[in-house]
Amino acid sequence: MSVPSETFKSLVKAAAEQVIASAPELTSLDQAIGDGDHGTNMKRGCEAVLGKLDAISAQPLDEAFKMIGKTLVMTVGGASGPLYGSFFLAAGEALSHDKHLPEDLADVFGSAVNAVSARGRSHVGEKTMLDVLVPVLETLKSAAGQPDLIARVRSTAAEAVERTAPMQATKGRASFLGARSVGHVDPGARSSCVLVQAVCAGLEARA
Amino acid sequence: MTDTVGIVIVSHSSDIAKGTADMVRQMVGSEVKVAFCGGNPDGGLGTSVPLIIDAINAAWSPKGVAVLVDLGGAETNSEMAVEMLEPARRDLVVVCNAPIVEGAVMAATEAAGGSSLAQVKAVAEELSAD
Repeated sequence: MSVPSETFKSLVKAAAEQVIASAPELTSLDQAIGDGDHGTNMKRGCEAVLGKLDAISAQPLDEAFKMIGKTLVMTVGGASGPLYGSFFLAAGEALSHDKHLPEDLADVFGSAVNAVSARGRSHVGEKTMLDVLVPVLETLKSAAGQPDLIARVRSTAAEAVERTAPMQATKGRASFLGARSVGHVDPGARSSCVLVQAVCAGLEARA
Repeated sequence: MTDTVGIVIVSHSSDIAKGTADMVRQMVGSEVKVAFCGGNPDGGLGTSVPLIIDAINAAWSPKGVAVLVDLGGAETNSEMAVEMLEPARRDLVVVCNAPIVEGAVMAATEAAGGSSLAQVKAVAEELSAD
């Protein structure tokens, strides 16, 4: 099996456009517990990806993922650049080493999540994007091959992002607030949720 | 002139980066190569991987380069920038766990004496020791 480049292109476009549309919400969440630039940073990175989308989708899938990662690294301008950049670079790297989509989705996603964890020296429970990505990975593993996989991933992401609200941040700018970070959804978790949900919606629309 | 470790200053603010570099130069003159960058790719507060890569290359020395950063994103972006350098340079760049102004001044002063990259990093990081 393989992923047709038109499918890949439409999913990347949908995800990038959804993040751009969510930029005001991401910024507002980040103003509450961070430095307030997550929305504009992600928007800048996603616009750069959209600007190169034809070149990206003309590449083999592994190189396409790496190009997305490198574009985010070079354009986002906040910690989310290297974090999301490492996610896509590692996914591309996994695809360069005998992994294939869609059948190895959980493995590829797992490599990408591990790269985020290593880059941020962070783990689940610290009020970060990993608090969405790790539960999504677990669902990708436990529900692999199930007919309702996409629906389960969607609900996992939606529930996981809400669970970041009561957490106290120990990583990133939000950790400076200590207990005052409690009660706010993490902006990075929210942007991860937006990306995951956009890909799910795109897949459902094509099914 | 013998080679000295180069110093790179990476702040979210270009004003802080420049001001820190000014303080470093006041201490060490032109004995040590100093480069700095601040601001995101649009010029707002933030850091930019391509600008960090340019700064590291501008401060390049065969003895290596010590990078001083301010807040988290500057550190993450600097680590990413180091990984994106050409392979021969990657192992000769360190990101110091030190306060940016004091760390840069201490690191540059140490570098001016001809110290190794490891010594320069250690002196800057003494400032963060408990």
